[in-house]
Amino acid sequence: MKRFALAGNPNCGKTTLFNGLTGSTAHVGNWPGVTVDKRDGVYKKTPEPVAIVDLPGIYSLSPYTPEEVIARNYILDEKPDCVINIVDATNLERNLYLTTQILEIDVPMVIALNMMDEVEKAGDKIDAELLSSRLGVPVVKISALKENGLKDLMETAYASSMKERVGKTVLEESSLAHLIGDVRIALKGQGVKDPLFHAVKLVENDSIEVEMHKETVPMIDEFKATFEDDIFGDDFEALVADARYKYISEYFAPALSKKMREKFAMSRSDKADKVLTHKVWGIPIFLVILFAIFHLTFSEDFLYLGAIFKLPTLEDLGLLTEDGDPINYGVRLLACIYDGAVFSPGVIINNIWNDMLVGELFGWLGGLVESSSMAPWAVGLINNGIFEGIASVFSFLPQILVLFLFFSILEDSGYMARIAFILDRMFRRFGLSGRAFMPMIMGFGCSVPAMINTRTLADDKERTATVRVIPFFSCGAKLPILTAVAGAIVAYFGIGNADVITFGMYLLGIVTAIVAVLLMRSTTLKGETPPFIMELPAYHAPQFKNLMAHLWDKTKHFVKKAFTIILASTIVIWFLTHFSFNWHFLEDEAINESILAGISQLVQPLFTPLGFGSQLGQYGWVFVVAAVAGLIAKENVIATFATLASCLVAMANLNIGGLDLAAEEGIDAVQAMILATGISVPALIAFIAFNMTTIPCFAAVGTAKAELGDKKRFNGTLIFWIASSYVISAMVYTIGSWWWTTFIWAAVAAAVTCFIIFRNKRGVKIKAV
Amino acid sequence: MEKTLDEFEIGDVGVVRRVGGEGKIKRRLFDMGITPGAEVLMRKRAPLGDPIEITIRGYELTLRKSEAACVTMEVKG
Repeated sequence: MKRFALAGNPNCGKTTLFNGLTGSTAHVGNWPGVTVDKRDGVYKKTPEPVAIVDLPGIYSLSPYTPEEVIARNYILDEKPDCVINIVDATNLERNLYLTTQILEIDVPMVIALNMMDEVEKAGDKIDAELLSSRLGVPVVKISALKENGLKDLMETAYASSMKERVGKTVLEESSLAHLIGDVRIALKGQGVKDPLFHAVKLVENDSIEVEMHKETVPMIDEFKATFEDDIFGDDFEALVADARYKYISEYFAPALSKKMREKFAMSRSDKADKVLTHKVWGIPIFLVILFAIFHLTFSEDFLYLGAIFKLPTLEDLGLLTEDGDPINYGVRLLACIYDGAVFSPGVIINNIWNDMLVGELFGWLGGLVESSSMAPWAVGLINNGIFEGIASVFSFLPQILVLFLFFSILEDSGYMARIAFILDRMFRRFGLSGRAFMPMIMGFGCSVPAMINTRTLADDKERTATVRVIPFFSCGAKLPILTAVAGAIVAYFGIGNADVITFGMYLLGIVTAIVAVLLMRSTTLKGETPPFIMELPAYHAPQFKNLMAHLWDKTKHFVKKAFTIILASTIVIWFLTHFSFNWHFLEDEAINESILAGISQLVQPLFTPLGFGSQLGQYGWVFVVAAVAGLIAKENVIATFATLASCLVAMANLNIGGLDLAAEEGIDAVQAMILATGISVPALIAFIAFNMTTIPCFAAVGTAKAELGDKKRFNGTLIFWIASSYVISAMVYTIGSWWWTTFIWAAVAAAVTCFIIFRNKRGVKIKAV
Repeated sequence: MEKTLDEFEIGDVGVVRRVGGEGKIKRRLFDMGITPGAEVLMRKRAPLGDPIEITIRGYELTLRKSEAACVTMEVKG
């Protein structure tokens, strides 16, 4: 099958064109070794079907950013049958800069002149024929949005792919022409493919090329020695870039009259930007938008209607039975939308999905399995291991997608770039750029989409640092742990306020993230603050079709994960909790005899400095089991509490009074565990801190692995998570138990800081010498 | 009169004379169209004073003051 590659600047309509060409055939995969999306799909309306490969959006073929290197290597090494270069007609100059570079490669090429309708609407013209005759490649006018001209484009590309094309450079009119010509002939003599492209890059001193053609470099330097330019001296990189832009503005800039250009620049962005990046209002507006997104996705009291109007609950209305179940189907439906408060759209979708669809489906499947004649362990494995595992992963899906939808809207509308613009100053202090903000804040919703979002970060070390701290922004699934334990502390010890504890833990997470980033950026992930030279794309209304394509990609990604790594891990944990060391199947209540309990008892002493280790005596391992189960999915922590609490009560013969161990929030179960183990308040808080900062759920770990790519980085990340959670919890426990240990921790922190500063200073000195 | 781009006031217009800076940053500036002869309009500063936003070659570009300091400009008007 023929392969056509799409190349072009970011924001030139490439994704829209890709979706228009391939419809629903697109699928997402990762580039080998690198973690930038490669998407491909099939176009079927040419005489034979054609594979369409969507290259990352780039401005140049320089060797500096991963996307550029990927696109460059793809065109050079994989030799697509045709490169379709999409050019934004409203921004011709900068877009053609990339065109002049692709032109130098020996590959068939077609220019798709996109957004021509906008140019024509503004009463302006671009001479496509002049463009075509100057550059020597076909030019087709299209509108990716309205899907105009796509057939024509593909037919032209198909015809072009039948013929070979030899690279052509616009530099032949510059002072560099002779130099490049000489190098090209020399390379051609060596049998190098794409001699023109390599010749230009060698003249530019491109680091990748210099590495590739080491033996040719001395000869080129000899050629270069004879060359002298009045303005640039021997800065060949500057010379080449300048020559390209000179050529473009000489021949093509007049095509778009200057007045029109200014009109575009002003009208498109100005009005919206006046408000959205306003000196005073920019930041408050941003905060309101952010709050609105989280409110719409997660709030159980939409617009605070319930609190303001003191709306009655379903129970008050007498719509529930004595067991607290809805009296009929209509009420069940109502309960998805309202209970003492109107739920936000995200919560409503979540409730309908979980209570009505997923719950029903797995309930029905579970019933089938139970009524079959399988062995009890097989029923347990399928129902509690497999089904429950899949259901718990699916249960996240709606809210993640809703959150992702909002972030996609921000991205597609062009506002995301403005957020980076507003916040860059603040983030630079921590050695990050403003772009790192979005993935971090998304972490409050769910780490998985947050980690995927780090792809927008150009700098590799910045990406790694960001991926590592994302779990510290406590996600939705960690909230139940907080409410259960904080609630139990208040109920059992009668001290403090659950909301204050919850808020404090969120704050602890943020502070940990900041400290961790600072620490990493000055030690293992040292590097300069990544540059922040970024286009602010024109605002435009997001396209429904594109948004749906984004969501569909996300869903596939997530479902694939649910059925692979998460499924496997839930099965493993199920075995460990339901089998004893001598391979006897155990009922739920006998979890204390399980392999997992055995292992937990073994490692229990390790958790002594965190307050939930050896000092808790013979039942103390339950906290360890809960934390381990939390590594699969954080919702497991509270589920495990419920199971363990009932075992504990039976084993230790506790008098639990009126506690309801199965109560959903888990507060009573935690109280029973406090009763059985005698755990202290600081230790309980340390337990929350541990769960918040340690290795996140399997879904997040899998995502981190895929996003980091590099195995060493990934292993480093796991160690980082374990170490930071251990240190943070130990600190919380010891300071909470013995206030004077604050001084010891402060001294340690000061010593570490001094050591790092001293080491870095010395490093600089050595470098300077 | 010559000035570096970071010294521009909002509304200033100028022409790029020279671009300095370390390899990666310089190349990025070139790639984004900041080459000698290009016309630049200083549009605004971010709410916290940095980075800045300029119009160049018909589009909006944002860069930090430290990066703008690499660009020497000839002030117009």
